Parts: sequence; C-alpha cells; structure tokens
Amino acid sequence: MAIDITTDLQQTVEDASAHLYVWALKDIPQDLRDALRAAMERETHKVGKRILETINTNVSVADETKNLVCQDTGLAVYYVRLGEHFPLHPARIEQALREGTRRATLEHPLRSNTVHTLTRVATGDNTGYRIPHIHWEFVPDWDGLDVKCIPKGSGSENMSFLKMLVPADGVAAIKRFVLDSIVGAGGKPCPPGIVGVGIGGSADLAMHLAKEAIARPVDDVNPDPDVAQLERELFELLNETGIGPMGLGGDTTVLSVHVEQAHTHITLNPVAVNYQCWAARRASAHIHADGTVDFDREA
Amino acid sequence: MHHEITFPTDEATVRELRAGDTVTIQGHIIGIRDATQIRIFDRGQEPPMSLEGAALLHTAPNVRKLGEGRYEPMCIGTTTSARMSRFTEGLVRDHHARAIIGKGGLLPEALEPLGKHGGVYLAIVGGAAALETTQIEEIEQVEWEDLMPECLWKFRVRDFGPLIVGMDTHGESLYENVQVEARKRLEETIYSRL
Repeated sequence: MAIDITTDLQQTVEDASAHLYVWALKDIPQDLRDALRAAMERETHKVGKRILETINTNVSVADETKNLVCQDTGLAVYYVRLGEHFPLHPARIEQALREGTRRATLEHPLRSNTVHTLTRVATGDNTGYRIPHIHWEFVPDWDGLDVKCIPKGSGSENMSFLKMLVPADGVAAIKRFVLDSIVGAGGKPCPPGIVGVGIGGSADLAMHLAKEAIARPVDDVNPDPDVAQLERELFELLNETGIGPMGLGGDTTVLSVHVEQAHTHITLNPVAVNYQCWAARRASAHIHADGTVDFDREA
Repeated sequence: MHHEITFPTDEATVRELRAGDTVTIQGHIIGIRDATQIRIFDRGQEPPMSLEGAALLHTAPNVRKLGEGRYEPMCIGTTTSARMSRFTEGLVRDHHARAIIGKGGLLPEALEPLGKHGGVYLAIVGGAAALETTQIEEIEQVEWEDLMPECLWKFRVRDFGPLIVGMDTHGESLYENVQVEARKRLEETIYSRL
C-alpha cells in the first residue's frame, strides 16, 4: 500500500506543478495587481503614468484573452516547504517538478528557453541539467508540502549583482550597493518590480537569499524589526531616484524591497541583489499528505 | 506629440520624432533578436527579407506551427535591447532600418549612428505581451526557421503601441536623461542619508 500512496502522491505533485507553471504565467497575484494599480494612480510623471496604464491594461487583456502576461516563460524555479512527515521523498518531489515543468511546456505549448550554457543548444521543454532549480526548506513536526512556482524572467535575472563588502563598510555600504545596482539597471529589468536583497552568509548564500526575497508577496514584511527597517528605508530611497517605470522616469521605481539575512563570518559582509520584474509571476499549491491539493495564488 | 506612422517608412519621417513623443505603428514590423543579428553581422549572411525603411522589433515569439512556414501568434512580447546595441550601426547604415523597437534602451553609443544615418529607438512597455499580441494581425513571413524562435519574422500590425521615442536622431536619449538625473539625486540628496 505504501508504494501505491507514494506513486499517487508523485503524480499529484507532478500535476500540481504542471498547473502552477501555466497558471503563474497567466494570472498574476492579487497583491501585485493592487500594487500596480496603486502605483498608476499615484504616479505624477506623464510618461511613467502612461507606462503604468499600459501595464494595467495588459494584465486585463491577459485575463480576457487567457494569454500569458509576458512572453518570457522564464527559467523554472520552485520553492518547496517540505514537512518532516510528508510521505514522499524529496528525490521523488524533484522528479515530479521536473516532469510537471516538461509537460506544461509541451502540452500548452509554452516557449522553451532552456539551453546548454556553452553550446546554446535548446532542450525544448524548459528542463535541463539542474533545471528546474529548487529551493528547499524542511519543516519539522508537519506532514504537508507547499510548492511555489516562479517562472523567472531573464530581463530581470540579468540584473543580478553581488558584492563582498568588508565589515568596516557597514550597513551604509549595503544600502549604497543596492541603490547603485538599481540605478545602473535602469529600464532593463522592467521596473517597477520587487527588489530582493540577500545579506550575510557566504557569496552563494547571499544570492540564494536574494532569490528567496523576490518570492515573497509584495506587501510582506520581514519579521525581524531591524531587517524590516532596512526594507522600508531602501524602498523609500529607491523611489527617490526617479528611474521610474521602464527606466523612462517617474515616482515609482520599485513596488517593494524584500531583505533576507543569514549570520555571517566576522570577516564577511556580503550583499546580493536579485531583481523581479513588474510581471512578478508566482503561484502556489498546498499539498496534503492524503493527496488533496489547495491551489493558492496569494502565498 | 503623438505620431501615427505606417512602416516601412522614410528617413525624413523618423527625423521628425523627438525623445518623449509617442508613436503608434501601422503596416509591417520585422522581428529580430540576438541570433538573427549575429548571423547577419558576425557571419556576414544577407537577410532573406529587406530591412529597408523597416521598424525592427526585439522579440522571440511564442507561436504555434500551422504548416510549412506558417505560424500562428500565441504570445509576442519584447526583450531587453541593450545587449544588441552593437548591431545598431549596421542596421541603420547598411540596411536603412528606420526604427528599432525594444525595452530598456540601447547603450548611449547607439545615439551616434541613429543620428548620422537616420534611425530612432522606440520604447515599448516590456512585459506587456498579452496586449502586444492583440496588435499583431498576422505573421506574414518567417525566414531562418533554424534559429527558432530567433528567426526573421514579418508581422502585419494594427495600432501597434503605445511606443515612446526613447532615443531620437537629434542625440537625445530619455534613458540617459533619467540616468543623469538619478545620479545627481544620489550624490546630492541620497548618499548623505545612508
């Protein structure tokens, strides 16, 4: 019986993943819709306002025509929270997410973007070696599985930045690096979006945390009050730069700034920036141990 | 100021445009991307469709194949232009393309060939692909299908836009203006408060 349950659950996770990938591309979350609408209403710059109007129109057109919000179907990234007692091994969850991504791409069909990095030969199904990329979090005393799918667009991903600051540079240098990165990126990452900042850890962990940060809902605030304060300050300062929607000037340069942190070495002060475009696609599924699934656009 | 232009067009028409103006396009647009331009300029292959007077769009569309050389548009959007900046001179000088449509802007060095040979950069709203797709009536011609999806695409469009003149033939770039202003704000009012 145990084998049957495992097999069915793997199929359930695969089906959920195939659904999430397409759903995320078509139906952006309500918190993002609200933020884009509020930005349009607030914007005082003429060109910026026009661009935000077009963005909001585009979201409605995607709803009406059941089309993708943006043509870039992205690189498949999943965020998985796995309970200790969920009856399917991570190795099988990984297989299911890969197969779900492949099926969604071929069955819809979606544009496939995934290529070999050296030969640039396409795989044709949005999977590849080490792709999809999965972020894992393991949760004790729980038997559930949460899967969040983020098809990550390349225009924003190309605007990723890492700097190994030194401790004597302090927090001021962290803020300056984020400001310089976002100003330098200009219109290329499709602003106004979500800025993810990872601080601490090691070089790879800082960037990993920046990527975790862009996956949070627009209005989400870090529970650590010191980190939340940094989020607020960066948000206000970035919107003073005037980069504006699509880098053509305006009051709204970012919709949100999320910071994630880890402890670090006495010698280190790493900071990483990962950008998420205005079309910050994400969709989630809560999968229960009995195989039932609750889809959730807002998680 | 708003302009409605039918492409292909001539040099005089695009020289009238000023950074900050808005444009709606009728007629035809040709889709190109990295691989297409690498083949034209780095491999020296003549493009199998004329770019004379053309509006070029930085795109790699989602399409469904209907038959031999026939495709239906599914979702057509626009990619980041900056990484294709180095092809600007060849496009306007040798092929007489008159407009490059993309997002995020070309690098500042593209201003010189645009001004000298008569071409403009038109900014589209990046990511707004669902809307853009409704403005494309038909894919009329596809060449270099082996580069899929980075082929040469000829689209017939209707009311394509809104586009904003991001870089004009008079040496003005909205992107540069915004960058200069942002750096001034950083130096004068922001860095001191960190």
